[in-house]
Amino acid sequence: MTEGPLVAVLDYGIGNLRSAQKALQRMGANATLTADRGLIDEAAGIVLPGVGAFGRCLEALDESGLTDIAREAAVDAAAGGRPFLGICVGMQMLFDGSDEASGSRGLGVIEGRVRRITGDVKCPQMQWNRLDITDGDALFAGLPDAAWMYFVHGYAAQVGPATVATCEYGKPLCAAVRRGNLWGVQFHPEKSGRTGLKVLGNFVDSLPGGS
Amino acid sequence: MRSVRVIPCLDVDGGRVVKGVNFVDLRDAGDPVELARRYDEEGADELVFLDITASSDSRETTIDMVRHTAEEVFIPFTVGGGIRSVEDARAILRAGADKVSVNTAAVERPDLIGELAAEFGEQCVVVAVDGRRNSEVDSGFEVFIHGGRTPTGLDAVKWATRADQMGAGEILLTSMDSDGTRDGFDIPMLLAVGGAVSVPLIASGGVGNLDHLVAGAVEGLADAVLAASIFHFGEHTIAAAKAHMATAGVSVRPVGS
Repeated sequence: MTEGPLVAVLDYGIGNLRSAQKALQRMGANATLTADRGLIDEAAGIVLPGVGAFGRCLEALDESGLTDIAREAAVDAAAGGRPFLGICVGMQMLFDGSDEASGSRGLGVIEGRVRRITGDVKCPQMQWNRLDITDGDALFAGLPDAAWMYFVHGYAAQVGPATVATCEYGKPLCAAVRRGNLWGVQFHPEKSGRTGLKVLGNFVDSLPGGS
Repeated sequence: MRSVRVIPCLDVDGGRVVKGVNFVDLRDAGDPVELARRYDEEGADELVFLDITASSDSRETTIDMVRHTAEEVFIPFTVGGGIRSVEDARAILRAGADKVSVNTAAVERPDLIGELAAEFGEQCVVVAVDGRRNSEVDSGFEVFIHGGRTPTGLDAVKWATRADQMGAGEILLTSMDSDGTRDGFDIPMLLAVGGAVSVPLIASGGVGNLDHLVAGAVEGLADAVLAASIFHFGEHTIAAAKAHMATAGVSVRPVGS
């Protein structure tokens, strides 16, 4: 068992959740995959990963009984409570909704919609890209200038007041958002080598009991 | 911006890397996990493991390898070989792989592509296409299966287009004519297939020097370049490959960023 702050990685049965858990463990967290309310309540921080389709992820979250838990935790974090990090579709779900599933409503914690990537670029964006950090956020502390991160997504959140980083892909796309202690990243920090691990390390450091 | 990925490919048989691997300072060059970690450190953008045994009794070995890799390597990796169903794919993805690659099974039963995409998302589904020149098919490139041994009569451009429509997130295109020749990618085939699909294209087969990687990106317009022997035999490091590509004007993620 890893020492360090307990991080609940919300387990709702989709895709590759294990990578996020392993990467958080590497950065000193006691990260556990769970859908258990008691354990989630106990955790010092929450991570909501997500891969695949927006509608399918919301459905799976619902089937696991995690929709309300995730929304409450995200609202609390946005108000300065317990830190919360959404990754990829886990970030997109924080918004009001997505063009990918017009019938599904997101968690609605950050205003705005997720829209199809358009323009003279291939869709999905499946590559490493450079971050343009628009706000010197604590999540990006110690990163090299223009840090490269791995992106896989066909839809992107609108750039808005909560945006703290973008990446250039046809036009600037929203790469990270922050409100209070709620963060969302469109890229996969758990798959972005050393620089990605640094982002997760910064998240772990923000937790009570983190270094 | 568009950046081109550099992807080493590891052939794995019974949990061991095959095709002479020649890193002098590796304790165990046949250990896929150690090799993967080495490539990660060198700046590889992604890894592909191809399970060439793919017999049913080796599945556990493969899943074990995936699990260990996911504990040590924090870049995306794809696993291919012997994946014939959603359940096969789930086991690989749950163990920590980011994508699965399907080839023969998808040709034999194209619905597999849609099933995988619906369950895991298109970004998880790589359709590997092995093409060989044949003037009797429309595009001049025919699809082969069973590791390149069996002709199908399918047109490679039409098949890749269909795979794209059915939910492939990426096409991994290998030239059976170029593979092993070290004469470079089949550029006309890359252009023919790449021009017909909307998803990213990985070029594979024939890399013998670093200029070939540049040609795949610049002339073949590939989104990623895959190679095995030039990296395994220690002739070139990933870092050298990327530096060479950057000098030639190809946008790549610099090593160590």
